[in-house]
Amino acid sequence: MQSFTYERAASAEQAAAAVAARPDAKFISGGTNLLDLMKLEIERPAHLVDISRLPLDRIEETAAGGLRVGAQVRNSDLAADPRVRSRYPMLTQALLAGASGQIRNKASTSGNLLQRTRCPYFYDRNMPCNKRQQGSGCAALQGFNRMHAVLGASEACIAVHPSDMAVAMAGLDARIETISPGGETRTIPIGDLHRLPEATPHVETALGHGEMIAAVTLPPPPPGRQVYRKVRDRASYAFALVSVAAIVEKSGDRIRSARIAIGGVAAKPWRATEAERTLAGAAASDGAFTDAAEAALAGAVGHDGNDFKIPLAKRTMRHTLAAAAESA
Amino acid sequence: MTETKTSNRPRETRSGIIGRPFDRIDGPLKVRGDATYAYETTLEGIAFGYILGAAVAKGRIAEIDTAEAERAPAVLLVMTHRNAPAQPDFGPAVTPTVPEVFTRARPALNSERVRYYDEPVALVVAETFEAARAAAGLIKVRYDEEPGLYDLPAHVADAYAPKRTNAGFETDSVIGDFESAFAAAPVKVDATYRTPFEHHNPMEPHATLAAWSGNELTIHTSAQTLANPGGRRQHASHPARACAHRESVHRRRLRLQADCPCRYNPGRACCAGPAASRQDRADATTDVRQCRSSRRDDPTGASQTAIFSSASGTDTDGRLSGIAHDVWSATSSFEEYCEQTAVFARSLYAAPNRVTRHRLVPLDINRGEWMRSPGEAPGMLAFECAMDELAERLGLDPIELRIRNEPAQDPERGVPFSTRNLVACMEEGARRFGWERRNPTPGSTREGRKLIGYGMAAAIRPNYIGAATARVAIDRDGRVTARLDMTDIGTGTYTILTQIAADSLGLPISSIKVELGDSRFPRTAGSGGSWGAASAGSALHNACNALKERILKAAQSSEASPLRSTNATEASFANSEVRVGQRSAGLADLIRRIAPDGFEAEGSVAAGAATPSYKAYSQHSYGAHFAEVAVDCDTGEIRMRRMLAVMGAGRILNAKTARSQIIGGMTWGIGAALMEQTVLDRRYGHFVNHDLAEYHVPTNGDVPEMEVVFLEEHDDKANPLGAKGLGELGVCGAGAAVANAIYNATGVRVREFPITLDKLLPALPVIAI
Ligand SMILES: Cc1cc2nc3c(=O)[nH]c(=O)nc-3n(C[C@H](O)[C@H](O)[C@H](O)COP(=O)(O)OP(=O)(O)OC[C@H]3O[C@@H](n4cnc5c(N)ncnc54)[C@H](O)[C@@H]3O)c2cc1C
Ligand code: SF4
Repeated sequence: MQSFTYERAASAEQAAAAVAARPDAKFISGGTNLLDLMKLEIERPAHLVDISRLPLDRIEETAAGGLRVGAQVRNSDLAADPRVRSRYPMLTQALLAGASGQIRNKASTSGNLLQRTRCPYFYDRNMPCNKRQQGSGCAALQGFNRMHAVLGASEACIAVHPSDMAVAMAGLDARIETISPGGETRTIPIGDLHRLPEATPHVETALGHGEMIAAVTLPPPPPGRQVYRKVRDRASYAFALVSVAAIVEKSGDRIRSARIAIGGVAAKPWRATEAERTLAGAAASDGAFTDAAEAALAGAVGHDGNDFKIPLAKRTMRHTLAAAAESA
Repeated sequence: MTETKTSNRPRETRSGIIGRPFDRIDGPLKVRGDATYAYETTLEGIAFGYILGAAVAKGRIAEIDTAEAERAPAVLLVMTHRNAPAQPDFGPAVTPTVPEVFTRARPALNSERVRYYDEPVALVVAETFEAARAAAGLIKVRYDEEPGLYDLPAHVADAYAPKRTNAGFETDSVIGDFESAFAAAPVKVDATYRTPFEHHNPMEPHATLAAWSGNELTIHTSAQTLANPGGRRQHASHPARACAHRESVHRRRLRLQADCPCRYNPGRACCAGPAASRQDRADATTDVRQCRSSRRDDPTGASQTAIFSSASGTDTDGRLSGIAHDVWSATSSFEEYCEQTAVFARSLYAAPNRVTRHRLVPLDINRGEWMRSPGEAPGMLAFECAMDELAERLGLDPIELRIRNEPAQDPERGVPFSTRNLVACMEEGARRFGWERRNPTPGSTREGRKLIGYGMAAAIRPNYIGAATARVAIDRDGRVTARLDMTDIGTGTYTILTQIAADSLGLPISSIKVELGDSRFPRTAGSGGSWGAASAGSALHNACNALKERILKAAQSSEASPLRSTNATEASFANSEVRVGQRSAGLADLIRRIAPDGFEAEGSVAAGAATPSYKAYSQHSYGAHFAEVAVDCDTGEIRMRRMLAVMGAGRILNAKTARSQIIGGMTWGIGAALMEQTVLDRRYGHFVNHDLAEYHVPTNGDVPEMEVVFLEEHDDKANPLGAKGLGELGVCGAGAAVANAIYNATGVRVREFPITLDKLLPALPVIAI
């Protein structure tokens, strides 16, 4: 770990300005991701701006009937909030399926969204990795890539975004509120927050340097039953091989609408819009779920070690859709 | 988890202390976090070391620039091959003798050669751990990389036969004519299995603290044993050479202190010792989790990947005519390591024609390391799954197949078993587990969208005994102190030794203090090979007998003794009293009168292999594992439902610590079957998944209800206590029971461990919703 200086921000504006003032500065929230990366010198900020004590830890009702979640709301608090549990149950399910109790107690909403990939080559400074060191190559492409992306990847990088929470939020059409150094704010749909790697895998989000996430807004809960299903290598404390967040709204035996996001398959939570279109108006049947799953993974490309993710994602989606449709 | 149903009431002594499920004596310390690990020892003016590992797996250091690191704040010393003290040569990669394994020189930082990824190339010593680590990041190393060998299956053709396996077993065993028997067998199985690299991942980061005090060097480290043959001397010689400017170390006393569960590590000490001597202060060298991967110097160590070929043929009744168990396992190109993965097969089932063979394939990796039941842990995964395949081919119940091949005596040594209750374990297990409910047709039991399966496997583990001595002293207040350089690596050694002394001397547990883990105490074989309880326990038992003899003699001759001139040759020690014939005296009172300074005595046991009993009897612990799994028919996720182990392991010294050992082993069995593996990148020769987020071990959620039953046994051939090793027995076969349950659930036989869902998925049918 490199030496760094540290300050505790007094306000959101001041925090944004403090980071913007130095190209080598970073925000720190819970630190559960950033500190690990700093110890390994994968992240080497010379200055940290601590935003964990800013009064951004409230969950408030919005006028539209949704919730506004402060950036500093801890993952465990968000999962336990009664309004979240009853109106956005798949968000609670996703949060509780992530990490461990101790980590969730520390992890913030914004930090969770901005956590970095767990690609093991990214974590080993001796290995080529375009994300860590531009132009050095991608060791995962022909290496151990069991955990890697099958959608939206590029020759430059096949890493996945590891968050569970973000997948549920993508299914819920969450919006990210940010504040910039000058104090101006903007709102980014969650689908636009994370970037696909293309030729620049080191650029991971749409945020500018010093732009701070202030809150996440959840629109009113969409009609239909919500289910989050995470598939992993052990019963707890493992990143998703594949996960599916599904909301199915039915009218009689027909599906009126569906929202589907897939995790563990891309550098961002993957909204399966094609599949959603296939389902709208279809009979709630095994055939429709299977077709939707095929549509969602139509463009998927495996890299040997992760080929299995394609059938796994389809199978998981099919039965998750069926579960969401069951009593919707 | 359910309570252990312990049917074991072994020849209870009067006190009834042995066998009782006493809580761990060190339990409260551990739970409160008050037990000190090696790196927690605090000393005045401590300095910290950080080891920089090589970034390539094979080659040489062309250039190493430490200037910036040396200038970094708080840095005291940067050591590389250019300035490290001279050390003895490593020597050639020959098969070492058993003692040589522990005594050979393993110099560090002594050459520009890199033999495996992450091999130490520099040591930075600084005022704080953080400063040392930060400075290590400033060292610039340029390597001349050379192509290396990293792929076991690709190089099987280059395999060679070592002179012997670990622990000194024969490399091969051949009885009868397996080839002909196999060719003629009407029913046969020939299956190839693979097991992965697995790494130790102890909770304690490994650390060595070396501190000079006058002429004495004290090393605090994590170790299983302090007394590998000649080990102390050898370990001492590194710091000795390292600090040549001081007087020679072998005239000093080297103190090794074990605070934690792993083998003492010379490499780390080798770095810590010289650093301490240069700095005239204490130096702690700690490895961080990511360094675990391939360092031998980081004693987390790895079990090596292996390919098993398990072939067997039977008559139509399921009687084995031939059985062959062949192993090709990876070894390091510079230091041979041959895990005895086929040895257990020499004693398990009857068959007139039999072969076991160990072959090694040298790769450019670090040397292997003993890990949780070395030999049986990977070997039985393959062998006991192949037995399951054979049972299915025969249309026989897997238990019945094993019963039909139960040998009357050790099938290769031709000597009787000391005790062997394998059949009883299987039968008792079947009854308790409800084995009759197992559906013999695989893939045909469903509950909702889960496929349910039952599996079983046998367990066998050799009973070893290592040379050990214990010293026991009683003071004028009747307080007893037992000292031996044994370690308690979390197994419960403190507790059972306390029970043994209390039982023997007829004193309450509270009167006994057991002190371990200090090389000034009498030498034992330490913890390893599941021999700790039997070896250290027998030595202490004998020491207590010697003490009682001394007490009796003095009591009968001392003027001040109330037992004077009783002339019986035996006394009974019970309820804090000594009774000779009709007369008795309180033990404390007696000691106060006859020996105000107390008494001391020693007792020993010889290494098992040297004893007539070991030569005359085949000595093993046995057991049967049962597992029930549920496999998600959509995703292939495998989750445990319950497990049962029925064990015949001699006399049980403490029903609670024994159960804990077995459930720990069963948990590792789950890990081996379902998730544990370190992936070696065949291009770079480095282990890819190198932290606990990527290297999976079972979590609480993965461990189901577990039941452990001990059959009543007393093995009087094994040792004076009648106890046998059981620490590692819990692992042996446990993973195979899980794997066999997965097959029973799905009808898919995965022969490459661990059985992750991706290997199951292609063969899992799509079931209508
Ligand atoms: C062993 C382990 C297992 C895990 N398993 C899972 C899992 O299964 N599923 C899962 O989803 N997650 C998992 N996690 C990840 C965990 O969810 C993240 O570490 C956590 O959410 C990060 O939150 P934090 O507040 O600690 O972020 P930090 O570490 O503080 O920050 C992370 C990044 O976000 C930036 N940042 C933080 N807040 C802001 C802001 N307001 N504006 C701009 N930038 C900001 C920081 O600069 C930093 O780059 C696991 C983590 C570990 C260590
Ligand atoms: S997948 Fe991305 S993060 Fe992983 S090595 Fe390749 S470039 Fe780096």
